[in-house]
Amino acid sequence: MKHLKATTFLIAAALAAPLAAQEAGGRLDIVVQPEPPGLMLGLVQNGPTQLVAGDIYEGLLRYGTDLQPQPGLAESWEISDDGLTYTFKLQEGVKWHDGEDFTADDVVFSADVFLRETHARLRASLAYVESITAPDPLTVVFQLKEPFGPFISVFETGTMPIVPKHIYEGTDFANNEMNATPIGTGPFKFEAWEKGSYIHLVKNEDYYVDGLPYLDEVYYRVIPDAAARAVAFETGEVDVLPGGSVENWDVPRLTEMDNVCSTGSGWEFFAPHAWMWLNNREGPTSDVRFRQAVMYAMDRDFQRDVVWNGFGNVATGPVSSKTNFYSDDVTIYDHNPEKAKELLEEMGYDGEEVRLLPLPYGETWQRWAEAIRQNLSEVGINVSIDSTDVAGWNEKTSQWDYDMAFTYLYQYGDPALGVSRNYTADRIQKGSPWNNVEGYDNPELDAKWFAAATMISPEERQAAYDEIQKEIVDDVPVAWLLELEFPTIYRCDIKDLVTTGIGVNDGPRNAWIEK
Amino acid sequence: MTILIAILSRLAKAALTLLAIAVLNFCLLHAAPGDPAVVLAGEAGAADEQMIAQLRERFGLDQPLYVQLGKYIAGIVQLDLGYSFRQSAPVIDLIAERLPATLLLTLTAFVISLTCGIALGVAAAARVGKVSDSLLTTLALLFYATPLYWLALMAVLVFSVWLGWLPGFGYETVGADFSGFARAIDILKHLILPALTLGLFFMAVYMRMTRASMLEVSTADFVKTAKAKGLSGAVIRRRHILRNAILPVVTLAGLQAGQLVGGAVLTETVFAWPGIGRLMFESLAARDYNTILGVFLVSAAMVILFNIVTDIVYRIVDPRIGARA
Repeated sequence: MKHLKATTFLIAAALAAPLAAQEAGGRLDIVVQPEPPGLMLGLVQNGPTQLVAGDIYEGLLRYGTDLQPQPGLAESWEISDDGLTYTFKLQEGVKWHDGEDFTADDVVFSADVFLRETHARLRASLAYVESITAPDPLTVVFQLKEPFGPFISVFETGTMPIVPKHIYEGTDFANNEMNATPIGTGPFKFEAWEKGSYIHLVKNEDYYVDGLPYLDEVYYRVIPDAAARAVAFETGEVDVLPGGSVENWDVPRLTEMDNVCSTGSGWEFFAPHAWMWLNNREGPTSDVRFRQAVMYAMDRDFQRDVVWNGFGNVATGPVSSKTNFYSDDVTIYDHNPEKAKELLEEMGYDGEEVRLLPLPYGETWQRWAEAIRQNLSEVGINVSIDSTDVAGWNEKTSQWDYDMAFTYLYQYGDPALGVSRNYTADRIQKGSPWNNVEGYDNPELDAKWFAAATMISPEERQAAYDEIQKEIVDDVPVAWLLELEFPTIYRCDIKDLVTTGIGVNDGPRNAWIEK
Repeated sequence: MTILIAILSRLAKAALTLLAIAVLNFCLLHAAPGDPAVVLAGEAGAADEQMIAQLRERFGLDQPLYVQLGKYIAGIVQLDLGYSFRQSAPVIDLIAERLPATLLLTLTAFVISLTCGIALGVAAAARVGKVSDSLLTTLALLFYATPLYWLALMAVLVFSVWLGWLPGFGYETVGADFSGFARAIDILKHLILPALTLGLFFMAVYMRMTRASMLEVSTADFVKTAKAKGLSGAVIRRRHILRNAILPVVTLAGLQAGQLVGGAVLTETVFAWPGIGRLMFESLAARDYNTILGVFLVSAAMVILFNIVTDIVYRIVDPRIGARA
């Protein structure tokens, strides 16, 4: 009884305490790995650049962990009923870091001129756009040629970063001297970059949202060795380890420390989805029974629990459960070696060797390849692991020189933005590792993918994608593995670090440190 | 005068060697799978043909290989190492930016290993067969056999994580804004672990070599003569034995000195030391051709330079070499 009373009292005390107000000031040290090649987000869009430059540049919209759009540089937006006109009202009083006014002309220049030339991923979406105009300095109108269901999802910072027209208009974008000292509208300004050591950003005192940001400065620290990054966090040298910056087996040790929190949130917009490309053109992998056998042979729960230390979910098909229009009404491939053997026998597999190309992204991926080789050899598939470095991996996959190859791709919130590109026949293009590398060719499904992309009503799109997922999962164009989860590890006194679907990329905007 | 002519002829040969190295490196590098455009496109997580074609054109990779090679060599002859498209900066600037950190690290390690190695070797030779000698040789063997990488991680674990005496990585305290003496002390603290890690291996080598060489020379006839003259042990060791025993150590020191620029990749990676070795490694992974070639060339130049320096030191240490030549 006494114990109960004490507890009750504690709870009452906790409830009575006023909610802690956000406190301004302080500094964050965040690991960035590897060192970005540049910070001009309109030119470079690799992960580390997005992480750092996401504080400097901004998009028209931001996206919550539920993928719903929120105000960014646009304070409000409207979509016409026919799905063809997108009108954005911009925030008032926004200034570039060099003091110039930000206007609708900057948006038109960014989307219509700059990014059309430099941004491959956005270019695919801009193909649906008829015109981009600025009727007045605070209004931008995107007029589409035909409806494009996922269009509302292309305004994220990394997808459509707004760049300053007054700096780039009429210049050679790639060689503009200002690329070294990026100018954006974001909550933090570029201050210094000590190559090989750190990138220093400082608070934008003129940021257009009152009170934001709370932090005075952010240091992005370059630490090339994974073990050293873990040590840096242990010794308090850095405060935040963004997802994927330490090896998975170090995560439990770090999260068990005092005052250390972790979250798997902040990746919803990207929804990294891992699979093995199975070369549909030649060899055993061209037989659908072989591909199904691979699915049944793999113990993906084991892979998740052991190789990934329990992080992630087993993928059911091409669409991540975090992405819009996911469906789980599909054939489920459980770990069933007997079934795999039957399928192999039926096709008459003769033990021909298949080459497995792991992703050269560190020890975890190497171990994953070994786990899968073991799974496959248990059902009689003869696997050799073909190791290479990052450049070699890019070369081999984009030239189709593999039998099975690991990869993972971001989904960007919508199947039409991040999923269909790997399955439709028009995306079979040698020379890039980010398309239909496996060579899956199914004209009937292609038509369904295209139709689903141009539907307006979400209900219709859901129905269309349900159907696509059901069919494609039986074909096993690729061997789906896991919905990856990259936990972000940070000190618990850092609050509101991960509040959006892109997590730490735009996290420092709202983050504050409790004293 | 003979020295001068010898040096000049060596320099002329060195220039030719360097040119051959540049051509060889260029061919080797282009034989590796992948190119910078593919890597950059790969990192972007999305690419179409237009993007890759644009990048290749910008990097000059759309031209035939022999044209690229010709341009590169023409640049080198004019002391122009080219431009890093990946990092948007001239290669010479990238190298110059990283060189001080690397030289600070490798020179410190060099000095530590050379002085301590020779001193310990002399000490061990003087006490040959005694417990202290066995102790020193065993320690040296241990450092000689331990992988650098492991040693580095253990050093961080013990001195940085457990004891908290020294910073585990980096070049200086980030954002501390130290200046003058305070900054020097700060950098020195960061320098201790990587320099020791890098230096221990060579220290062990120098020690073993000095000891063995000293023991060999100490049985020579002129040493007996010196003893017969009644010279003290210390004088004999310094003036007669060490002077003759030092030549193999000089050879090896020349080799180590050649690695001053490019030989610290592992140490720089583990300790996040912003030096040339890491620049080379990261550029290699990204196939940043011009930067890698630039680092290779500078490293090769250092090796050649120190070979020449070693030869000169030979003549100073042992004048008989110059006379015979």
